[in-house]
Amino acid sequence: MNLVRNHVLISIDAGTIMAGARAVEKALVDEIGKQGLAGEIAVLETGSIGATGQGVVIVVYPEGLYYANVAPEDAHEIVEEHLLKGRPVKRLMMTEMPKQQVIRKGKTGLLKEQPRIVLKNSGVINPENIDEYIAAGGYEAIERAFTELKPAGVIKEVKDSGLVGRGGAAFTTGMKWDFASRAPGQPKYIICNADEGEPGTFKDRLILEGDPHKLIEGMMLAAYAFGGSKGFIYIRGEYALSIERLEKAIQQARDYGILGDNILESGFSFDLAVMKGAGAYVCGEETALIESLEGKRGHPRNKPPYPVTEGLWGKPTVVNNVETLANVPEIIRHGAAWYRGYGTEKCPGTKVYTIIGNVATPGLIEAEMGTTLRDIIYEYAGGIKAGKQFKGALVGGAAGAFLGPEMLDAQMDFVNLREYAAVLGSGAILVMDEHTDIVDMLQSVLHFFKHESCGHCVPCRLGTKELVEIIDQIADGKGKAGDIEKMVKISEVMRDTSFCPLGQSLNLPISSALKYFKDEVYGRVPAAV
Amino acid sequence: MIRATINNVEIEVPEGTTILWAAKKAGFTIPTLCNHPDLPPGGQCGICVVEIEGLPGLKRACMTPIGEGFKIKTHTPRIQATRRQLVELILSDHDTSCLTCVKNNNCELQQLAATVGINTVDYKNESRKKHPIDHSSVAIVRDPNKCILCGRCLTVCSQVQTVNALAVNHRGSETLISTAFDAGLGNSVCINCGQCVVHCPVGALYERSATEEVWEALHDPDKFVVVQEAPAVRVMLGEEFGMPVGTLVSGKMHAALRRMGFDAVLDTNFAADLTIMEEGTELISRLTSGKNLPLITSCSPGWIKFMETFFHDMIPHMSTAKSPQQMFGALAKTYYAKEKGIDPAKIVSVSIMPCTAKKFECLRPEMNASGYRDVDYVLTSREIGRMMREAGIDMNEMPDEHADPILGEYTGAATIFGATGGVMEAAVRSAYALVTGKELEDVEITPVRGLKGIKEAEIDIEGTKVKVAVAHSCGHARALLEKVQDQMRKDGKSEYQFIEVMACPGGCVGGGGQSWGSNMAKRARRGESLYAEDRSLPMRRSHENPEVQAAYEKFLEKPNSEKAHKLLHTHYFKRSAVDGKILPG
Repeated sequence: MNLVRNHVLISIDAGTIMAGARAVEKALVDEIGKQGLAGEIAVLETGSIGATGQGVVIVVYPEGLYYANVAPEDAHEIVEEHLLKGRPVKRLMMTEMPKQQVIRKGKTGLLKEQPRIVLKNSGVINPENIDEYIAAGGYEAIERAFTELKPAGVIKEVKDSGLVGRGGAAFTTGMKWDFASRAPGQPKYIICNADEGEPGTFKDRLILEGDPHKLIEGMMLAAYAFGGSKGFIYIRGEYALSIERLEKAIQQARDYGILGDNILESGFSFDLAVMKGAGAYVCGEETALIESLEGKRGHPRNKPPYPVTEGLWGKPTVVNNVETLANVPEIIRHGAAWYRGYGTEKCPGTKVYTIIGNVATPGLIEAEMGTTLRDIIYEYAGGIKAGKQFKGALVGGAAGAFLGPEMLDAQMDFVNLREYAAVLGSGAILVMDEHTDIVDMLQSVLHFFKHESCGHCVPCRLGTKELVEIIDQIADGKGKAGDIEKMVKISEVMRDTSFCPLGQSLNLPISSALKYFKDEVYGRVPAAV
Repeated sequence: MIRATINNVEIEVPEGTTILWAAKKAGFTIPTLCNHPDLPPGGQCGICVVEIEGLPGLKRACMTPIGEGFKIKTHTPRIQATRRQLVELILSDHDTSCLTCVKNNNCELQQLAATVGINTVDYKNESRKKHPIDHSSVAIVRDPNKCILCGRCLTVCSQVQTVNALAVNHRGSETLISTAFDAGLGNSVCINCGQCVVHCPVGALYERSATEEVWEALHDPDKFVVVQEAPAVRVMLGEEFGMPVGTLVSGKMHAALRRMGFDAVLDTNFAADLTIMEEGTELISRLTSGKNLPLITSCSPGWIKFMETFFHDMIPHMSTAKSPQQMFGALAKTYYAKEKGIDPAKIVSVSIMPCTAKKFECLRPEMNASGYRDVDYVLTSREIGRMMREAGIDMNEMPDEHADPILGEYTGAATIFGATGGVMEAAVRSAYALVTGKELEDVEITPVRGLKGIKEAEIDIEGTKVKVAVAHSCGHARALLEKVQDQMRKDGKSEYQFIEVMACPGGCVGGGGQSWGSNMAKRARRGESLYAEDRSLPMRRSHENPEVQAAYEKFLEKPNSEKAHKLLHTHYFKRSAVDGKILPG
């Protein structure tokens, strides 16, 4: 192996590719060759480092120096000035170094360091190279499972860790696996829900793009634990790079004998297939996802029976979110007690958030459960953009809740937020500054739901339509007295009688908007006579 | 057993019972809309929600099994308000032109709105689209503006019939139940069975009506209008006049039709006896030659199109005998016209059927053996009920009258054609006599009766064992035929020699032209009533029918004669499983 003087990591994810990362990569390699540094400097691809909206991002090691908005014509300067002469190109350096991009627990000792469990390798290793994953401790967990823990031990470890599903419903993962392990019927399936459709959420994409082998290992551990033999990754069709990297990773794992028959002589056989979703939001609901996977229209099924007893093709099936599964290898490697060192008593571990909206540095962070909204916005995301005031945040995606300033210090975790009638949901945080119109926000959310309602049940199909007609009138200044009460009434009927969580959850944005921004909303309709 | 309370009434029900059924046991009818007793619950409407003490939210009674110790409330203020809201939402999206709707007074949504006490609709639904009515099918009309998306038609079409002509297109508030590519039922694999029609709670699906054309013929002094009635009609028509389900009204029906002005009131049952002569003879010849076994019956036009679409390799197995309706049609404008001295060009041949597929059958181009359209108009049982009411006829007041000669006499074997297994039983009664020259002592072949999906029996014809099977509903037919295909692939032959298939659940008594709100319990009652008529008749074997005997003597010569073949037999086509159209070659 050649020892090199500098490593240049270039972040290759869907966002940076659009910004021209491939052209920058080529320009850098060409320039390095031209200046005779080919043996000294290595250019490596990696996943997202977490920053979004900052164009092509590269990191130069060992300095750990970040450049943003890099263009191909900057390659000459970067190579000549920084890599040859050792003088950083100041005009391209990230000005306000966002903490989420660089800091990892224990490294700097700063108050707001990121404990990276799920995103440990993202932006660090080359996601297209299984050796790098293995070098970073990858596939150690499955080995420990085979040799030491055995299936029951894996379930116990995951149960003890207190891991709950990160897709939104927050069901205890170990329990789900336990149910599936006891369910009669063969074969059993593990499905990874990678149909990330919640507006403003792209955490799963960055996990998939940045560390696909972690998901594979997580799915293997799940299947091994409950007796599954076949896995499906149901992935959003638009996630082209994730799909490409996953397929590459699966093939590499097969070539290494990590997937296939009698894996590592353990007697455990397992393989994976990637299935592309066609873009319906409702297919993120696990039973609609299963229907879609079976080749049918994505309509939710009645529960019970739950998928753990009757899922894909009527067989016991576990459906887990990407982030949930990506937690598992580290839990198995380091043990439940280690995992419980993070987060809160009731909600251990970390949560990956996507922060968007009116913040200084939007992006992806991993924070401990229980971190306050204030810390997430002001410490990680650099506060409100352009010095504006915080007005509120939509937390948990479109099916989430609006939170006002009084919630800034609430601890964010699945259990605690429930007490405030809010949800953590997918972990999307859409931050609004003082100029945001709450009716406009609500209108946008309701239109989304009307568009995505699958049409199966009356309350959701017709409720969303009626809600949109009312909010459009209000937004247009044509609202009437009683309109808001009508909206509340419809959303309550939807909450109580909708067939699946899609329609049930629409009450949350409406009721929370009225809870924190009542005057503003009522100010838009004439007072009742 | 599970113990629970419903509105404080204690009940004990078997495990797995839904709250809906448990409530019935406690004396409470929970309102429903999308639910149908014969179909798995879909949970679309949410009307049946109830409260369970200690559980959050409301639960659908139709699909929630009752649990031990549940304390259930079925009409709290919250539930009442929720139900009204849901019905209002449904009405906001519904074409409420009730007075001019085919389902007026028979509409489940209308009844529900009254039950839950709707007096205003708060929702405007200003963006509701007007959809074109689908007139592409010769049998069934589909009006999406009336559709409430309860999903019953879909479930019955896909799960019971396995036809899958209907599907959900688009989504959310744009959702429509439609056919592949929105091409219309007439350009789909629809077999015209009409199960969607009888399962529809509202007026979104109904038969393409021929009542105006028939009125016109009846009012035309130059026309000689003959009418035939299928066996299953006589055990349903009473329901149209408030009689108990399954009341047998053969005599009253003949009297009513006569009073409506039909020039000759004849009976499909005559042709059913004739069918047995032709099909029974065919069976014997196939048993003798051993070729193209099993023989499969061909009376059900829905089944014929199903087979033509999905089971091309079964065509050689089909009996070439036409259905009774079409045999009747071919004879009415030939034999009957000749015997009665009527110009066949002036004959208008009307048939009253429990069936919507018969409308398609009579229009098949090859059904013109008489030189004319053999059957001109097919009316469903519902349509003739409407016409009778318009004519001021009350079935209850009718005397019992006999059909007219020479196509009006029938045996018990003919009348049981209307129930699943009936054709099989009738065929066995006559085949036995044709083979052995002796009469079957006990004519009742009970193993082929009843509502089990696939029935089997072994008939001993003087030492020759004939294995028979009976399937009703296309889903069961599909399962049976796949088994036959499997056996033929493996052993070169099937264990069965004779198979009866009826497209509709329960056979013709459960046909798509029967009264609104049909269900298996009603179908069973109608079937029993046909078996009762069989028992009451002096003749119970088709070959005993003197009018049939006369028809052969005077006109047809003998079963399967050349003339019989020309008039009474047909052939089949391979159809596309995409659009149901005849494939070339």
